[in-house]
Amino acid sequence: MSNISFVREKEIPQSPPPITESNAIRWVRQNLFSGWLNSLLTILSVYFIYVCLRDFIPWAYGGIWTANSIRECLDINPDVACFSVIGARWRQLLFGFYPTEEYWRPILTFVLLFISIAPVLIPRFARFFWFSLIYPGIAVWLLWGGSIWPVFSIYLAISLTGLVFFLAKNKFKLSSGFSFTAAILFFFLYFIFIAGPFIALFKYILPINLVLIESLQFGGFLLSMIVGFSGIAASFPIGILLALGRQSDLPLVKMICVGFIEFIRGVPLITLLFVASVLLNYFLPPGTSFDIIIRVIIMVTIFSAAYMAEVIRGGLAALPVGQHEASAALGLSYWQSQRLIIMPQALKISIPGIVNTFIGLFKDTTLVSIISLLDPVGLASLIRADQKWNGIYWELYVAIGLMFFICCFGMSQYSQYLERKLKTDNS
Amino acid sequence: MSSVKLPVEKFRLGMLLGDTRYRSTTVQVIAFIIFVSVVFWLVDNTVKNLALLGKDVDFSYLWMRAGYDINQRLIPYTNDSTHGRAALVGILNTLLVAFIGCIIATIIGVFVGILRLSKNWIVAKLMSVYIEGFRNIPILLWIVMIFALLTEFTPAPRAFKGADPEASMIFFQSTAVTNRGAYFPSPVWGDGSVYLILIFILSLAAMFLFRRYAKNLQEETGKNLPKFWISLAIFFIPSILFYFILGGPVSLEYPYLKGFNFKDGIYVRNSFIALTLALSLYTSAFIGEIVRSGILAISKGQTEAASSLGLRPSRIMNLIILPQALRVIVPPMISNYLNLTKNSSLAIAVGYMDVRGTLGGITLNQTGRELESMLLLMGFYLCVSLCVSAIINYFNRSFQIKGL
Repeated sequence: MSNISFVREKEIPQSPPPITESNAIRWVRQNLFSGWLNSLLTILSVYFIYVCLRDFIPWAYGGIWTANSIRECLDINPDVACFSVIGARWRQLLFGFYPTEEYWRPILTFVLLFISIAPVLIPRFARFFWFSLIYPGIAVWLLWGGSIWPVFSIYLAISLTGLVFFLAKNKFKLSSGFSFTAAILFFFLYFIFIAGPFIALFKYILPINLVLIESLQFGGFLLSMIVGFSGIAASFPIGILLALGRQSDLPLVKMICVGFIEFIRGVPLITLLFVASVLLNYFLPPGTSFDIIIRVIIMVTIFSAAYMAEVIRGGLAALPVGQHEASAALGLSYWQSQRLIIMPQALKISIPGIVNTFIGLFKDTTLVSIISLLDPVGLASLIRADQKWNGIYWELYVAIGLMFFICCFGMSQYSQYLERKLKTDNS
Repeated sequence: MSSVKLPVEKFRLGMLLGDTRYRSTTVQVIAFIIFVSVVFWLVDNTVKNLALLGKDVDFSYLWMRAGYDINQRLIPYTNDSTHGRAALVGILNTLLVAFIGCIIATIIGVFVGILRLSKNWIVAKLMSVYIEGFRNIPILLWIVMIFALLTEFTPAPRAFKGADPEASMIFFQSTAVTNRGAYFPSPVWGDGSVYLILIFILSLAAMFLFRRYAKNLQEETGKNLPKFWISLAIFFIPSILFYFILGGPVSLEYPYLKGFNFKDGIYVRNSFIALTLALSLYTSAFIGEIVRSGILAISKGQTEAASSLGLRPSRIMNLIILPQALRVIVPPMISNYLNLTKNSSLAIAVGYMDVRGTLGGITLNQTGRELESMLLLMGFYLCVSLCVSAIINYFNRSFQIKGL
């Protein structure tokens, strides 16, 4: 032991890593300058960002908000944005030509929209789902106005039909097929004999009216929202049914569904919108003409329903066949197994696709400007046609683009959150 | 001796719905009846409406004089041509936009997708911004924005005038970008250019033969020729050599300013450029995501196994990752091409005369034949998409992993 001349008894303090390996510098070295190619890419990207922002930041930041026309803007400073147009026309961009004194109606509808989708989005509020079911009628009444009783009579019809079905099945012990037939029969009888007198009576006793708004007065983001959200809400169930039909064992049902899906997916939405605006009158009984917004909603709905069907079919195809067999072995009926076993899993798999379809639908609402409805893009050209704002492009496009970006990006972020939350496997 | 009496099952009406033996037939019969009656209802209404309007279904208008001009066309067309020819011009214009758009979208999309996976933080973020920006803003807005960009920020033709012009032509004085469109030099085919084209085709064939030979050689002996460089040489050298031997038979005709506009050269309208650019940038964002997810779908073990075999990163990409990723990438990519083609029907927003602008636009309005025109228009788009679906199905069949 004596030949060891020196033994350190205390541990020396750890020295800090070399300066090139410390956090910030190491990060920069590893992520930005790890090789000549990476360094080149970094420099190019930084230069590109600089070029983009060099002109944009002063343009947007110095923007003029107070001028009354583009001429005044140009007089103050021709090199910056003229956001005054948004200040002057934001009402139109949001509501179109909806009467100013009735703005509380779309705003209330919008607030109620959030209340009605809360039960769908947040599991804690799921027990308020009944509100989501009655919301569409309320929204239609609030937005278009008129008497409340036609809407109410439809609710009444649906609940009475449900009651008839329940009574026939449980009280009179009829088979579900016959109860169903009876309920449908009652539904039609209600509209033929009861609805008219009922509405007339209540209109007389208790007139609850809102000012009637013409469909052509709708515009701006209000229109996009109406078309977008009704399309989303309606295309989802139709898409599920189409997907089930396409996967069905019944050759005839399958053929009809495949034909429908392939036809709709094969043509551009714009041709369908043209059908809605010029051709639909040919296909309906002579003399009928119904609201252009509803026609557009129908077309947008069947368009995205076909896409939705394909997305959901992908989810169904991804499920192992054992799931079907296991649910059949448990004695579940077709609809029970779809509802309890198959669909929850298939829908979970296809969340990204479903949300992509929703986003696509919402973006596609801008196409209505081509059949001369005044959505934000259509309004942008209308505003430019005004002499006061003739020559304005970017300010409007930036504003509209930003609104769409916020909505669509929000949806895609929500879908990613949902995917993470519903993830049950450990992969 | 007692025989078991089998209960004779009587047919009851309820069994049509309750008994699985009959139910599928019942449901199908009901579905068929509903379907047929809906179709009958629609057709019946149409017939009644047409009779009411005094119209009939007649396609002969396609052979009548169109009487309107189309400013961008690939085949000869004047306003004396027929509506059918106008539709054909529109179809070719649609296919042109779709074709060029798909090529640009693929190139940009593959770059964006690969760069988004880059380890370089700033590049990856930049690509995310690109993808999210283009995916979350409507295509129509992009088309009008890019069109505005092209018409607002480019000089008028007269800015090129004078001794000290405000604007100048780019690419060695060959191309002029103006607010009316871009003027490119056009090739002039002189004497002997036929031989040059022949040589070019031959060298193309030689290149393919060489590649086959090199592949066979590698599979038999393991010897690896520098395939890329040799095929590049075969592709370029004979054509360039013969270009000079034949004395430069092909020359370029440059556009030049005459009066207030450019003459000669190939004139490409802003509407076309804006539409193609917007469609391809928009679609490239989707393709970028497809490429990225395709690459991510290949498990990391593949890369690790390849590098433990001693392959270089570029060869790992080319030989291991991409061939497997392509199986995931190609089908959705083709359906995005289809979306691009369908989105090209938005050409009307910038005044580009595609098939919707001619057949479904001016022809429809002039002749008042909405039903026929829309049927033909939808038929065209359906044909395109069904053909493409057939290609996708063929691809899926031939690239499936065998024996799984």
